Amino acid sequence: MTIDNTLLLAVTTHEALAYIWYILLAVLLTGYAILDGFDLGVGILHPFVARNDLNRRIVMNSIGPLWDGNEVWLITFGGALFAAFPEAYSTVFSGFYNALMLLLAALILRAVSLEFRSKIGSGRWRTLWDMLFFLGSLLATFLYGVAVGNMMLGIPLDPNHEFAGTFLGLLNPYAILVGIMGVFAFALHGSIYLYLKTEGDFQESLRPVMWRMFFVFVAFYTIMSGWTFFNLPHATETFFNYPILWAVPVLNLLAILNIPRAINQRNEGYAFISSACMIAAFVFLFITALFPYLVPASNNPANSLTIMNAASSVKTLAIMLIIAVVGMPCVIAYTAIIYWTFRGKVTIDETSY
Amino acid sequence: MDFLDVVLLSRIQFALTIMFHYLFPPLTIGMGVVLVYLGGMYLRTKDPAYRQAQKFWTRVFALNFAIGVASGIVMEFQFGTNWAAYSRFVGDVFGSALAAEGIFAFFLESGFLAVLVFGWNRVGPKMHFFSTLMVALGSIFSSIWIVVANSWQQTPAGSHVVPMMRNVLDENGHVMRDDAGSIITEPWVIDGTPVMRAEVTDFWAMVLNPSTAHRLTHVLLGCFIMGAFFILSICAWYILKNKHVDFARRSFAGALILATVSSVAIAISGHFQAQNVYHYQPAKLAAFEGLFETETNAELQIIGWPDVENQNWAWNIEIPGLLSFLVHEDFNEPVLGLNEFRPEHRPPVIIPFFTYRMMLGAGVFFVILGLYSCWRLYRGNLYESRWLMWLFVISVLPAVVANQAGWIAAEVGRQPWIVHPTIERDAQGTPLRDPDGYIRYERTDDGSRIAGLRTDDGVSKVVAAEQVLFSIIMFLVIYLLLGAIWLYVLNRKIQAGPEPPDEGFGESTGGLFDVFKGHQTKPGLANANLPRVSSDEEPKA
Repeated sequence: MTIDNTLLLAVTTHEALAYIWYILLAVLLTGYAILDGFDLGVGILHPFVARNDLNRRIVMNSIGPLWDGNEVWLITFGGALFAAFPEAYSTVFSGFYNALMLLLAALILRAVSLEFRSKIGSGRWRTLWDMLFFLGSLLATFLYGVAVGNMMLGIPLDPNHEFAGTFLGLLNPYAILVGIMGVFAFALHGSIYLYLKTEGDFQESLRPVMWRMFFVFVAFYTIMSGWTFFNLPHATETFFNYPILWAVPVLNLLAILNIPRAINQRNEGYAFISSACMIAAFVFLFITALFPYLVPASNNPANSLTIMNAASSVKTLAIMLIIAVVGMPCVIAYTAIIYWTFRGKVTIDETSY
Repeated sequence: MDFLDVVLLSRIQFALTIMFHYLFPPLTIGMGVVLVYLGGMYLRTKDPAYRQAQKFWTRVFALNFAIGVASGIVMEFQFGTNWAAYSRFVGDVFGSALAAEGIFAFFLESGFLAVLVFGWNRVGPKMHFFSTLMVALGSIFSSIWIVVANSWQQTPAGSHVVPMMRNVLDENGHVMRDDAGSIITEPWVIDGTPVMRAEVTDFWAMVLNPSTAHRLTHVLLGCFIMGAFFILSICAWYILKNKHVDFARRSFAGALILATVSSVAIAISGHFQAQNVYHYQPAKLAAFEGLFETETNAELQIIGWPDVENQNWAWNIEIPGLLSFLVHEDFNEPVLGLNEFRPEHRPPVIIPFFTYRMMLGAGVFFVILGLYSCWRLYRGNLYESRWLMWLFVISVLPAVVANQAGWIAAEVGRQPWIVHPTIERDAQGTPLRDPDGYIRYERTDDGSRIAGLRTDDGVSKVVAAEQVLFSIIMFLVIYLLLGAIWLYVLNRKIQAGPEPPDEGFGESTGGLFDVFKGHQTKPGLANANLPRVSSDEEPKA
């Protein structure tokens, strides 16, 4: 049997397909976190860095043509989770009901504030949408972090895979800490992006912002790492089982340390790549910590949703793989075209927000 | 709060959020076609008027698109938040259509939308036209996948319903394996009944299920009508007000032809779709027609008030035999009534009956209005008729009503099923009956239950009525706000007309937190300082 046939056979087993989809979901999540990460970060920073209306518009238009496409990564992640792991989708989405409703409110208001803000000259009108843009970005980012924190801890599940906790239980100290760290991680990522897209005095004024975001982020990162390492034994289990994986936290650390170096060198492109790598490493750490579960049960490990328990049938996973293999190169091509079209510094013209 | 029923609340929330969302996709799908036409004409003729028209409609399009996207995320989340049991049941089938929509449609649409809206001065006219085409295609692809998913719920095919298997975990949460190393699985049983789910057996049979083609044709034509009447309404208003008349006439004629052709086509499509509904979901058609008893020479109701309790009519106007003729092309063939179905499997009548008639009434109105206006356009005196222009100004409302009412009729008519089971038939296609005479639905392989899912059983088990009530109020507030602002901003864009409004930098606000601190707002920068790109500048080749 040739290697190709062996691979083909391996891929068509249910287990292999489920693991492939676990990784593909991580890829979608990484794409989302890197891309929407910077535009959420821009939203979080926007009231602090832009002191007049021109700069406000520059900040918003730096993400103007891109944020919508970035958000599609989330929608596709949601659709793929629904299709590949319907059990996990159902359990988590119904379990996190209130949090998700707040997230929806945040995403809706944020999206329309970009569209509405500059349509009317009035200062109050613009301040209203500035505020909603900021609050929407902040709340969405924070809630993502809280969700990640809770998944790391595990959530209470009954034997039927139904969420057995409460909304307030989701707002525990660890999850809140991850939420705050997420806010500063995206703010750092966003500040580097803004520096990349702006010029002149405004660009210079962003340098201290990048530094501040960096130091605050590192402080929260250190606390979070220590807490995870010492108090969440199951999160590090996979790393001890497969020591080669320790390379990822090391790469994560290197990416983080590379950010100040790149800022010092005034090489903002390099700094942006570093912060993108930092986020990619975070997602990888997260899914490695979860593995082999999708939704770990905190109350009784036997109630956990494993990758296999949550997976769709072989047929669906295989069809979806074909869809992904055909679709993803197209997606990457469009993304490249759009980012290339809108490369360079932001200018405000008649089509801008 | 015992009086609040979580199923009812979740249904209300779904109806509310989808009705709001569904105002926008038909507009963008319909307008997308017009944008492609205008962009194509500009490429061919280089007449700047086409470019100006495309710019104007693109600004309106972008506004509609933004709200459509913002309200669309809600739909995807809601399947999991409010309908978790349904999601567990259909995920294997429905999920792949949803994921395909994300990968094949949304990326295309939102990526090239950026070029369409923001790329006027960044890309050449050919690339811009290509982007317009991709946005229109993306929105059509999106409708394809969403109609596929919905049609599968109405007429399932390419799938079967089987017990769900799951791994057995030990007390540490580890997978248990047998001696041969295979994972041990067992059927998942809750309260003594195995949990079932639908699994794909044949992907293309699922995609091309018996109602997909009919429903997609109907939905797309409905979208074209909505987009066309939206444009006609704005243009007619310009003509009445004697503003931007050249521009308005140019857009009007094209949109009128699109509206008329689509209206005639949708009438034909509607007829075949009704026959399809009768074949696969006869209870739904019986609800549309208020047909309580099976009868030969069945009458077509024009209008009336169905008295559901007594299965009779308080009053009605009907045409004898016409329903039999429309369904079978034979006046004497019987049409199945609601009495053929178990009482607990009958859809409600009032809502489908009236919404179906609203859709039909609007359709008849569009055909008459469209054909008459085309005739006047041909005669060259269309724009002189003020009453006709006023009629077009308000005609966007029946277009909205027709699209909404059509969906309501289709979805309420499907009840009490969230996934409609297939009717069992013999080799001749005659429905089989249970021993007690009611029409038989397909059962699962072990015969334990009907191979569909009732709406009542699809709801999330862990979500309380209070939570849904809270989210309904939240959506109501947000959507009312958005709806009002949408109208306000849209009105401003219409008032401004094809010449872009210069919103400028007007009164500039200080930092958000300066406002909180009560600082004076800083003076805005004068518009003259801005790196403005003139709209007349030739785009880069």
